[in-house]
Amino acid sequence: MKSMPFIASFLLVSASQLAIADISTTRQTELMYLLKQDCGSCHGMTLKGGLGPALLPKTLNGKPRELLVTTILEGRTGTAMPPWKAMLTHDEAEWISVQLQQGVK
Amino acid sequence: MHRLCSVVVLFLLMPVCHARGTGDLGIVIERASGSVQVIETSTNTSLGSIDGLGDLSHASAVYSRDGRYAYVFGRDGGLTRLDILSMKIDKRVIQSGNSIGGAISQDGRLVAVSNYEPGGVKIFDASTLKLVADIPAVYGNDKQQSKVIGLVDAPGQKFIFSLWDAGEIWVADMSKADNPEITKYKDIGQNPYDALITPDGRYYIAGLFGEDGMALLDLWNLETGVKRILDGYGKGEQKLPVYKMPHLEGWAIAGNYAFVPAVGHHEVLVIDTLSWTEAGRIKVHGQPVFVMSRPDGRNIWVNFAVPDNDTLQIIDTQSLKIVKTLKPGKGVLHMEFEPRGEEVWASVRDEDRLAVFDTETFEQVTTIDAEKPSGIFMTYRAHRTGL
Repeated sequence: MKSMPFIASFLLVSASQLAIADISTTRQTELMYLLKQDCGSCHGMTLKGGLGPALLPKTLNGKPRELLVTTILEGRTGTAMPPWKAMLTHDEAEWISVQLQQGVK
Repeated sequence: MHRLCSVVVLFLLMPVCHARGTGDLGIVIERASGSVQVIETSTNTSLGSIDGLGDLSHASAVYSRDGRYAYVFGRDGGLTRLDILSMKIDKRVIQSGNSIGGAISQDGRLVAVSNYEPGGVKIFDASTLKLVADIPAVYGNDKQQSKVIGLVDAPGQKFIFSLWDAGEIWVADMSKADNPEITKYKDIGQNPYDALITPDGRYYIAGLFGEDGMALLDLWNLETGVKRILDGYGKGEQKLPVYKMPHLEGWAIAGNYAFVPAVGHHEVLVIDTLSWTEAGRIKVHGQPVFVMSRPDGRNIWVNFAVPDNDTLQIIDTQSLKIVKTLKPGKGVLHMEFEPRGEEVWASVRDEDRLAVFDTETFEQVTTIDAEKPSGIFMTYRAHRTGL
């Protein structure tokens, strides 16, 4: 993010807002549930970390959103983080990334 | 309980307080609300709940040998001693930032907790919860600290555990409680994710996430070191993403066979415990999380990771075939057999209830409301090594 030009960050934000608009409130509820319960298995239900690292704004805000989206969809080789693309679309992963960076209540 | 007794005495003028045992009791973790429900298996009812246990995601529990106190290990580092008779928190300490599980010593006097952050094991006096020993899981030349998993008790007043980041197994001899004697086994394999001890307390086995196979330590012959078993399992196969770490705690053993979840495969592995080699694989509905034996060893019950966690499958240990598939509802997280196995309790998280099944007919006997239930722990664990 640090090296990314300002305009690109702006575009990313806009894109994510568009994506959010496309996700129904029902699906948003499901995604939030998945985030707390299933991501929570490893990252802790309050996302303070467990076997996986903490997913709090202070640890994620410095990271490019697309990196988070890719991590969710593709997983991280060499770690226990699995790819979730069989269950989530790109937009949904992006919506989750936005929630994580804003802070999940 | 005392208050209840006084009320009874006061209003009914009964001379003695109703006393009861705890052999038919258990607790259910309600992970979202930080509470625990006390259940009773003679009549399949809930006796009430206890609040104020903090973050209980991935919580587990062990029991004092009198079966009265449950020690609950919370994700937030909380260690709580619950009096399940009076249904009160007896003592509670926050002992680390982030913990994963615990064990009680052979003599019942020590409770050990395995921690992620800071990584290591802390050992407490079981009655006072005062710290007795601190064992940081420091490894490597750079003195890093590893997350600790797979902590169990073992005969000889020992605790055994594995280091997720370091790939080591440590044995802590607590014969002298204030001066633990630690034996370290290095290079046991990449990322041990959980471990179990056989019911006789002889073998400690760690599952490896980072590579195929398992690490076996024979506690009767510690000098022979850690041996790799099931090496090369799954080699050359396309690995599936693992949506939830399997558990090994519910050691399933029947005759000379042991049953364990295969990591990243829709299979239960059958291991010959005489040779510690693979004796077969059973295709199942999804990625197994818990593979648990009915106390008599006749059947194995299996639950699954998302997105298949609405299902339970039952395997017959003679034919190694699936004899029943149940759909208790979404989010089946854990199962616990009643002490002699005629019924089994299952947590159905997403539907906020517990389901009790007859293990012969597979019929659902009853359901009980519970808030996002996860682990179920019955008091018979008090008298089993490794539970």
